[in-house]
Parts: sequence; structure tokens; C-alpha cells
Amino acid sequence: MAKDQKRKNNLLTDEQYLQLYYFMKLTREYEESILKLYRQGKIVGGAYTGNGNEATAVGSVFALEKHDYLFPMHRDMGSHLVKGQSLRNLMLQHLGRGNSLSKGRDGTGHYADPLLRIYGNISHLGAMIPMAAGTALASKLRKEKSVSLTFIGDGGSNVGDVHESLAMASVMKLPLILIIENNQFAYSTPVQKQKAMEKYSDRAQGYGIPGFTIDGTDIDAVYSTCKEAVDRARRGEGPTLIESVTMRMHGHSAHDGAEYVPKQLLEEWKKKDPVERIEKKLLSENILSHTQKEEIGKKVMAELEDAIQFAIESPYPPAEDAALGVYAE
Amino acid sequence: MQLSAFMRNNFFTEIMATITYIEAISKGLWEEMERDSSVFLIGEDIGVFGGAFKVTKGFLKHFGEERVIDTVLAETAIIGAATGAAVVGMRPVAEIQFSDFVTTAFSQLVNNTASIHYRWHLSCPMVVRLPSGAGIHGGPFHSRNPEAWFFHQPGFKIVAPSTPYDAKGLIKAAIRDNNPVLYFEHKRLYRHIKGEVPETEYLIEIGKGDIKREGNDISVITYGSMVHMALEAAEVLRSEHGVSVEVVDLRSLMPLDTELIFSSVRKTGKVLVAHEDNITGGIGGEISALISQHCFEYLDAPIQRLGSLDTPTPYSPPLEEFFLPNTKKVVAALIELAKY
Ligand SMILES: Cc1ncc(C[n+]2csc(CCOP(=O)(O)OP(=O)(O)O)c2C)c(N)n1
Ligand SMILES: [Mg+2]
Repeated sequence: MAKDQKRKNNLLTDEQYLQLYYFMKLTREYEESILKLYRQGKIVGGAYTGNGNEATAVGSVFALEKHDYLFPMHRDMGSHLVKGQSLRNLMLQHLGRGNSLSKGRDGTGHYADPLLRIYGNISHLGAMIPMAAGTALASKLRKEKSVSLTFIGDGGSNVGDVHESLAMASVMKLPLILIIENNQFAYSTPVQKQKAMEKYSDRAQGYGIPGFTIDGTDIDAVYSTCKEAVDRARRGEGPTLIESVTMRMHGHSAHDGAEYVPKQLLEEWKKKDPVERIEKKLLSENILSHTQKEEIGKKVMAELEDAIQFAIESPYPPAEDAALGVYAE
Repeated sequence: MQLSAFMRNNFFTEIMATITYIEAISKGLWEEMERDSSVFLIGEDIGVFGGAFKVTKGFLKHFGEERVIDTVLAETAIIGAATGAAVVGMRPVAEIQFSDFVTTAFSQLVNNTASIHYRWHLSCPMVVRLPSGAGIHGGPFHSRNPEAWFFHQPGFKIVAPSTPYDAKGLIKAAIRDNNPVLYFEHKRLYRHIKGEVPETEYLIEIGKGDIKREGNDISVITYGSMVHMALEAAEVLRSEHGVSVEVVDLRSLMPLDTELIFSSVRKTGKVLVAHEDNITGGIGGEISALISQHCFEYLDAPIQRLGSLDTPTPYSPPLEEFFLPNTKKVVAALIELAKY
């Protein structure tokens, strides 16, 4: 059957599923290589991964158009990739190189790429949501039909900024989609200590906006829910709150052994590994062949190899650059 | 003079333990919690996990969930709740995971906490612990030294210890103070700096600085991490240039120990004011103004200042190094001053 057709019971074409698979695989391997570089002492700051979050980061942005605005958080590396960011640029950021998008002034996903409409986070949790509401506002004022997509963690969702921006966005019907990535932990704090209601999506009611809770390891659930929210926002019907339930499979960052996470919880969630899930689906539906799987694996590793090599060979910025650039010309 | 020096000079044999800066903070907190049941800890990841830097490791087990409180991730709520509890007679010690994130609670602190005594005639005995400082490749959001914002706001007491001895004495004094005290603890000192601390109880009075090294030619007025750079630089000046440098460790930023600052400046006639925070609008500006107002006729050289660049803290190692003050930069500034 043709790659650009949808199978019965499938949301997307075979080609699209293969793309999703590729991006999720790439995200997984990218973050594995970041951990390796961290252990080799080549990453100067902290190293965070989104292991377990690949379907959410990738599937959500797959529902966006090029002209939509993306505000990723620290476990959404896949979202950068789907939005068009190059591996080289991401690796340069991670290694603090002078030719990175932030020119070495900040690390990881903390950069802006206005051409791709990616606006990286600051560390302060919740702080990007008011800004995402702002790009949504600009889009509305300029009748651009662009929507803004952003994320927050189960912990970060409690910061006041989140409430203030949802209050504003809902009243003004701004084209904003907020995904609460409930990965069971905020650093060492279990989600039970972050909320007293049952689901994060229950909060949507308080703003009079739609709220959904989905299995964030299921690519179909993520994509379809986000697509619906994006369409709704584009029609001018306002924001949507989506709780994506996942598991933070690694420590908070590379230095954290996460002894506080019950082993059993990890074992349970391991069965729902998002990358394995999509792989199984595509293999069993003959969308992906074993040969293709290997080819994609090789392609991913080769691309990563190139990015790492390129970044490592790129120079640090000249020290004196530190003094420049506080003000625009 | 430090108590330890006093003891030695007076032939007392005080039992001393050598501990790290971070252990000193922990011990001080522990002792105050044992002493006063109205003291409790509140913050993110401080209980089960023992805090991002492990300052409160073991506290939950000993003091229980009601006194070592893991909160939701919400700094405004942490600071606001501490303020409320303090007003009705508790003595909360709030931990902000990185001092950078205190900005999230800025409104509570500067509007509510700081002005309570002035408006309500009620005391607000609380401590906010603020792990701060750069030099750990933390980038713009895990490296701040935000003390100057709060220095400008009347109502806080502010301390910034540089040694284990001071760290312990000041955390205990901060907890017993009847005002909101901002306690800046430098992350880079946590495990790098060790020192002697008496086994017996002592407090350090808030508002009292300490001469960390006596000298006659130049005074370095500083605090926190830069005390150690100043001490290293003073040694270089002595051994390589024959210049005698006095290092004044402020320890308290609000109130400032102006008497100690002025007496040192009147003795040496040359001053370098140094802090890790960036220069413009930093506390060094206020100190310089006070010195020029009160010690003008004693000065043999213009007051010099050293701090970070007036930019956010950059992430990439060469940028961060260029941005931050270091021992070499202190030495260079002192050599310039010595020429006058
Ligand atoms: C306002 C603020 N407070 C504290 C922190 C320190 N911090 C960084 S990540 C984190 C836990 C975040 O948990 P969650 O929001 O659930 O996101 P996750 O890391 O689990 O994806 C904390 C406490 C911060 N970055 N910002
Ligand atoms: Mg979380």
C-alpha cells in the first residue's frame, strides 16, 4: 500500500508514522549520547533527559505547522527536532560552543531560533507560559492563525505563573496549548505531594477550557489530542490543557541516582517505553520492516556521530565576548 | 577577632572539629531545631531527599514531617507561608533550592515580609536560606548573587558567611533574630571550604564583620566566596610585592559593620571593595559611598571596586571565567592600588 495513505484504524499515513518513529529514536539516542558526553566530562553543566517522554515531545509538535510557536521545556528534546532544529545546533548548545545559537551564553535547550519559531526555556519553571501566551496574543492581534504550544511539569505546574497565564489566555481566548507532563516526580517529590485533585486536567474546568488526560507514552493519543487542541486554537476557540501521563525513567539530572523512586514503578513503566511501543506497533502493522528499522537505527547513529564530531571540533567563544550583547543596537 | 583565635591566644583548650562549610550550616540548623520547637524547615525536596545540596540530610528522620516540610513546587507559597507562620510566633527556615528562584517569590518578600514590622509592629522571625553564586557552570539561572536587590529593600537582615565557623554562628543567630534574615550560602564553598568550629555553642552577632587577615597597606572589603580569593591575593601581595593587605570579611551585609570598615580604611588608606555580584548597583557601591563620606581625608587612592561583569552569568566556561572575579583579578587590582 502507498506510504502516503492512511490504513484503516490509523490516524496517520505510514510515511508519517515512520517520521514519528525516526524522531523518537533520534531523541532517545541523542539523550543517551548527552549522558555519555556528561560522563566523559565534556558537558560542563547539568544533563537532563526526557527518557519516557519521547512520544509526548515528538507527537505534540507533529501536530504543529511551521509557523506555530514552540516553547519547549527541559525534557522535550524531541520537540526541537520535530520543529526542524538540527542536531548540530542542539549539540553545540549542549557543549557551550561559540557557534551555538546562544553563542555559549546559555546551554541545553536554552536558545531562541526565531526562524523555526522555537523559544527555549529559562530554568525558572512556569516562566515560559506567560510568554507563550504572549506569542499567542501577537498571533491573534496580527491574525496570523499561529498557535503556541508549551509544556510544564507536574511540579512546575504549581508555580503562580501557570495560573496567571491560563487565566489570561482563557479569558482572551488565546491560541495556547499547555501540556502538563506528569512524569510522577518533580526532582525527588512524588506527584502525590504536588496535587490533591485526581487529574491535572481537572484544573481546566477552573478556567472554563477543555482539559484532557492522556497516556503520554502512546503516540496516537498524544498526536490526536494535540491535533484537536491545535485545530481548536486555530479556529479561535482558545486554549486547551492536556495532561500527559508518563514516567521520568532517569534521575532528575545525570548526577541524581533517584534512589527515592520505587523500583517497581520503573519496572511497570518500562513496559510502556514509548519508543518500544511505536516500534512494536509499526512492526506488527508492517509499516516498518526489520531492514528499515536497522536502516533508521544506522541513520540516527550516523547523524549523531556527525553532530558530536562537529560540536566537539567547534571552538568555545572568545572569553571577551562575555562582555558583549546585553543591549540591542 | 574570631572566637577560635581568642581561645588560642588565651591558652584555653577548646575542643574543635574540622568540618566543611555545608556541615557547619547543617549543624547550626540541627542545634536550633533541637533547642526551639518553634523552628521548622520548609522547602522543595528538603525532607526525603535532604535538599538539592543535602544540607538537611537526615533531618526528616530525626525531626519528623511536621518540622521538615517538603512542599509543592511554588516559591511564593513557601515564602508567604513562612511569613505567615512567623508572624504568629513560629520560626520558619525556608530553603530556596537555588537563590535564583527567589525571584519567583519576590513580591511576597519585598512587599509582605520586609515591611511587616514597620507596618504592623509585629516581628517576623524567619530565615530564608539562599544557595547562591557562580563558578559551577550553572549558566544564567543557577548562578546568581541576588543580595543587592534585597539590600535595597529596607526590612531584611542579610548575612553571607565565608567560613564554616561563621556559617554556623550566623545560621544560629539568624534563627534567633526577630527579623526576616536572608542567609546567602555560597554553593562553591559548600564542600571546598573546611575549617575549625568549636564543639560548644556560640553565636555570631549579625552586623559584625571580621578581620580575616591583618594588614597595613591596603584594605579589601569583601564577603562570601571572595574572601578566599582576597586571602590568596593578600598572600601573593606579601610574598611577591612586599605589600601588606588587610582582608575585612563583612559577614553581615545588612546591617553593615561600618565601624570595622572605617577603622580598617583609616589604618591603610587604600581600599578595594570586592564582591562576586556584578558591579553596577551592587553592595560595593554603597560601601564605597560610605567610605568616601566618612574616611575621605584618610584615603590615599581612589576607592577601587571589583565584581562580575554587568551581564547575565554566561554558561560557556571561557565566558564564565571572563565574567567572574578571581584571585588573579584581585591581585591585579591590589597592585594598581599599591602604586598610589
Ligand atoms: C521556579 C523554580 N523553582 C525551582 C526550580 C528547581 N527545579 C528545577 S527542575 C525541578 C523539578 C521539576 O519537576 P517537574 O516540574 O515535575 O518537571 P520534571 O523535571 O519532572 O519534568 C526543580 C525543583 C526551578 N527550576 N524553578
Ligand atoms: Mg515531573
